[in-house]
Order: sequence, then structure tokens, then C-alpha cells
Amino acid sequence: MAKDEDKIIGDLTSSDYKYGFTTDIEMEFIPKGLNEDIVRLISQKKNEPEFLLEYRLKAYKKWLTMEMPDWGHLNIPEIDFNEIIFYAAPKKKKELESLDEVDPELLDTFNKLGISLEEQKALSGVAVDAVIDSVSVKTTFSDTLAKQGIIFMSFSEAVQEHPELIKKYLGSVVPIGDNYFTALNSAVFSDGSFCYIPKGVRCPVELSTYFRINAANTGQFERTLIVADEGSYVSYLEGCTAPQRDENQLHAAIVEIITHKDAEVKYSTVQNWYPGNKEGKGGIFNFVTKRGLCEGDNSKISWTQVETGSAITWKYPSCILKGNHSVAEFYSVAVTNNFQQADTGSKMIHLGKNTKSTIISKGISAGKSHNSYRGLVKINSSAENSRNFSQCDSLLMGDRCGAHTFPYIETNNPSSIVEHEATTSKISEEQLFYCQQRGISNEKAIGLIVNGYAKEVLNQLPMEFAAEAQKLLSISLEGSVG
Amino acid sequence: MLSIKNLHVSINGKEIIKALDLEVNAGEVHAIMGPNGTGKSTLAAVIAGREIFEVTEGEILFEGKNLLEMPIEDRARAGVFLGFQYPIEIPGVSMTNFMRTAIDEIREYRGEKPMTAGEFLKYMKEKQKLVELQSKLSGRSVNEGFSGGEKKKNEIFQMAMLEPKLSFLDETDSGLDIDALRVVANGVNKLKSPDNATVVITHYQRLLDYIVPDFVHIMYNGRIVKTGDKDLALVLEEKGYDWIKKELGEELN
Repeated sequence: MAKDEDKIIGDLTSSDYKYGFTTDIEMEFIPKGLNEDIVRLISQKKNEPEFLLEYRLKAYKKWLTMEMPDWGHLNIPEIDFNEIIFYAAPKKKKELESLDEVDPELLDTFNKLGISLEEQKALSGVAVDAVIDSVSVKTTFSDTLAKQGIIFMSFSEAVQEHPELIKKYLGSVVPIGDNYFTALNSAVFSDGSFCYIPKGVRCPVELSTYFRINAANTGQFERTLIVADEGSYVSYLEGCTAPQRDENQLHAAIVEIITHKDAEVKYSTVQNWYPGNKEGKGGIFNFVTKRGLCEGDNSKISWTQVETGSAITWKYPSCILKGNHSVAEFYSVAVTNNFQQADTGSKMIHLGKNTKSTIISKGISAGKSHNSYRGLVKINSSAENSRNFSQCDSLLMGDRCGAHTFPYIETNNPSSIVEHEATTSKISEEQLFYCQQRGISNEKAIGLIVNGYAKEVLNQLPMEFAAEAQKLLSISLEGSVG
Repeated sequence: MLSIKNLHVSINGKEIIKALDLEVNAGEVHAIMGPNGTGKSTLAAVIAGREIFEVTEGEILFEGKNLLEMPIEDRARAGVFLGFQYPIEIPGVSMTNFMRTAIDEIREYRGEKPMTAGEFLKYMKEKQKLVELQSKLSGRSVNEGFSGGEKKKNEIFQMAMLEPKLSFLDETDSGLDIDALRVVANGVNKLKSPDNATVVITHYQRLLDYIVPDFVHIMYNGRIVKTGDKDLALVLEEKGYDWIKKELGEELN
């Protein structure tokens, strides 16, 4: 095996990032750095109501008092916030009437990524709110959705059209001062998506957003807010790739989900941002706060993530199970290769009675990367008969990577049941040999084995997304064997 | 089809196979018998391309090509199959997906068009029937949670699917009850054709009640020391391996 693995490790580094291209679109920048004037300028450029400016300023002041978190199993280089441009928007030449008027270069970018708006519009029935850098370019299907009372638009638009909803829900799950990056995001968030599903409505299509970081040195501060009113359902997809850059790019997003009584939100992510080159240079720093609130009884939130990109991932999609009988799930596959570092997991906070949460985490480490699972299961004294099941599996490829598990469990109610299972395994030489003896190349064999390992999680993804994610897993480990 | 000349194989400097010769032609069934630790499984592993073994001398030609220079997967694609003594589990990978991937790769190697999903499923069903493998097995992960008998049947099923030219079955009969043994043997017999050849490696004569070999080889101490027809197996069963040792001892003396 040793010989094989040396080869695997050696070849791992030969795999280049497939989406390393940039789009030459006219950009509008504001000056580098962060101060109160910049915050005001962002708000002013977006023509925001007073309450939002107040919100941003409060967040900025809070941020000034806070420090970068250092408890993750991560080695984070110092970030110079004065070198970051906090807002960039593609310049609009004129108001767009239809998709045909969208910048052809922009459409081309989507095509390269395999995200053809036309195709998606025509074939798959997926409404796409495509975000390039900070401003939404085009929202499709809005009309169809609007007929059912579903609101799905860019965050900026929602601020203009539904300020009352934004005011009511913004920051209600992730408070400004939750952590360093939430304060930063709350001060300077540029754009994102807003989604509201009215009472009793089952959203007929998968809603999806594609993020793409595209301007050098432009921090991305996305803000997503999803509200599912009583008895409603929505499946929301988020997928990202970013072009190759030498300098590290900061990304600090916030996603908030609120489910009212009997409502369900399924949130799926495939994340494939530039992970840095084989020497560990460059790559996206991804500090994300995602949290859902099962506000009403019998409500449900399900997070599914496939994380293959970013130089640093710091991300813990979490749920607060407030409503009685509410259900929360977290399914994750995190792949790290070369010098990537990931510290990811989930928090499940049980407040309501008979609440139930599940955590399934599958880490895959290759190269010289480090992959950590960090999770908190907290059972409040009020959460009678609540249950949690956590399973954290790690798969190692080669002998120079690391897998770490940091589970925290706090139980304050004797009637609750909390289970935790963890395994660590390696792709064995026997498995590879068995596949090869059946005519399957080493590379395909790794793809098969890894996808098999991650199956429990991939099965949670919507069909078309699952296929994409499977490909992504294989691509991420491509060149990993000879 | 297969021509092995003066093969020497070592692991960690220890010689396991010493000057082995073997000729296998299309249409033939060979049985290799012998006590534990005489190099039978090593021979099969070397044919399949297991890298932990070092071939220090000799050659292996498969259809005139130097097998030792071919990567493992190319040997398989060219028609070499190994029935594993201990089949490997691959969690989460369904038998259907596993076989589909293998057949796609083999067909591509041979310059053939890929099968459509419909064709493949039909083909798989036929083969399952042939080897009496229950259909529910195909939805399960490769060998995961299979009983010993199911694992061995699954090896024969894969052999049926891949239609190899040369199959080495490494103690496929070990650990099987008599019914499973019959199923495995029937599968091998049904797959026999004038164009392919099978080499069964076994400890016991009982498999040879069901699979009738054209040649029986007795392997001892890294070499084939005796070759005969099916009756040799019966003699061996009757007299035991000590007979071989004694006879060899006499020869050596």
C-alpha cells in the first residue's frame, strides 16, 4: 500500500482547479478598507431604508469590539481588512427586460460552469437567482412563483419591496453579535437571496442560488433569509464555484432560516470554491454562519452540504429546535485535499419537547489537508423526551492528512437520549485491487468508493444536484491516483 | 492462452514460487491442488497483478502478450478474472453500479459501444438467473453483509457478467455448504466454452465432483510437482498429501 499511496499523494497535487477562469465584466468598486463611511456608502448605494442603515452601523460598532475566533482546528493567516473592497457590483448598462439582455459574457460564465440560465429555465424547472459578486443579475421564474404568493428575489430587491418582512426576520436567528463574522456580515452584506413561502404553500420547484466570487480582492458578504410560514415547504439549493486567484479571498456569509408551525425547509449546498493551489497558496477563506430556527411545532429544517472547495472552511449549519416535536437534520460531506483546512459540523439546540435531531457527517481527507468535525448537541432542561443521533465518519487517503472529531454534548434533561457514533477508515489497498481486477481504473475506483462512503449524505440531495455532487467528489480527488 | 515459464516469485525476499511452468489452452479446465502455503494463491494473485509480490524470474504470456507488463485493470479488461478467496466489501457501492462501471470500462477498452441502461439491466438479469443469484442481491452494496456463500456466488456472478477468457478461482469452494458448492460449480460449468479457460484452485477433491477438470496439477513447495487427469485428484484424496511428500522425497533421494 505504501507504494500506492505515495503515488496517490504525489498525483493528488497534479489536479488543477477546473473553474479557474475570470470574467471580464465592468465592475463598480468602492474604496478599499472598512470604516463607518464605507458602511454608510454601501447602504446609500443600495438605497436602503433607515432601519437597515441603523442595523449595519450597530453591527459595525459591535464588530470593532470583537476578535477573530481562534478556537477552530485551523491555521488562519492574518486578514488585513483594510485591503479588502467591501462592495463590488457589475455595472448595469441599462435596465434588463429579459434574459437576452444579460451581458453575454456573464451568460458565458454561467455556461462554462454548466449553469445555463436558459437551459435551467427551459428544461429543469429550477428558478435561479444568480449572484455574480454582490448584486443579483437576473431572477427567473419570479412570476410563476409570485402567483402562489411565493417571494423569491435578491435580498436588495426584497429590502425595497418587502421591508416589513426583512425588518421582522433579519437577524432573528443569527444575531448581529453572534460571532466576529456575523457582525462583519451584518455591517457590510452586499446581496443575497430572500425567500418567503406563504401559509400552506408547497413550493413547486427547487429554488436555487449560484454564488460566484469574481472580482479580485472583493470580499463576499452574502445574506440569505428564508421564511417558511405555517404548513409550507420549500427545497432550496445553493451551489458555488469561484475562479482561480492568487490572493486569498474572504467570504463571510449568513444564512437564516425560520420555519413556522408544520413548515419544512430543506437547504442543500454544494460548495466548490477555489481551494488554493497545490502549494497551499491562495484559495477562498470561507467563514459562514448558517442557522435555522424551528420556530413552530412540528416544523422541520434539514441541512445537506457537500463541501469540496475553499482553502479554509469554518462552517457549522445549526438548528434551534424551539417548537415541540420539531425535527432537524444535518448531512455533510466535506472533502479536503492538498493544504485545505476544514473545521465544520453542526449545532443542535433542543428547546422544545419531543424534538429530534440527526447529524450525519462524512469527512474525507487527502494530501496534507486537515478535516475536523466539530459539533454541539445541547439538550435544554425544557426539552423533554428529545433525541439526537450523531454519526461522524472520517475517511483518510494517504498518511499525511489529518481527521479530527470534536463532539460536544450537553444534556440538561434526564428524559433525553443522545447517541454519538464515530469511525475512521482508510481506502484499503484490497478495495482498490478488487475494483481494478474487475477492469475499473484506480481513479474510477476511488470515485466509486468515496461516493459509496458518502452515499447516505448524497441521497439527501435533490436528484439533479446529487449527480452534480457525485461528479464533484470524483473531480476533487481527480489525479489522486496513477 | 496462458503460458507460464520458469516463474519465480518472492515476497519480502522470501521465494514462494520456484520455477513454475504452466500451459493453459482455450476450452480447458485446470485444477491446482496442494497443501496450505505452497504458493497456489500467490500464483493467482501474480496473474491478476497484485503488486506486493515480486517476480524475480520467468515470464507469463497471455494470448502472446507479456502479462507482467500490463497494469492490473488492463489485464482484467483483456479477459483475466480472479475469483477471490476472500471477496472484498465496498460499503455504499451497489452491485449494479459496480458492475456497470466495470463493464463500461471494459467495453471502452475494447472499443465497444457502452450498453444502454436498459440493455445492461436485461443482461444483468440474465446472468443472475444463470448463476442462481437472487435478484435482491444486486441492489445491495458490494459484498457488504453477504454470507460466505453469497460472497462466493457473487464472484461467479461477476465472472458471468464480465465473460473473461481466463478465470482463476482461488479456493472458491472453501467454506461452502454442499448446496452453495453445487450452485458455484454449476455456474462455472455453464460459463465454460471452447473460447475460455478456467483454473480452479482447491484443497479438496469434492469440488471436482462437480467441476470436471481436464488437468489436475499438484503444487508443492512453490512448484507443480505432478500433473495428471481427473483421476489424480482421486488418488490424492485417497492417499493424502503425505503421499506426494514421500514420492518427492524418493525423487530427491
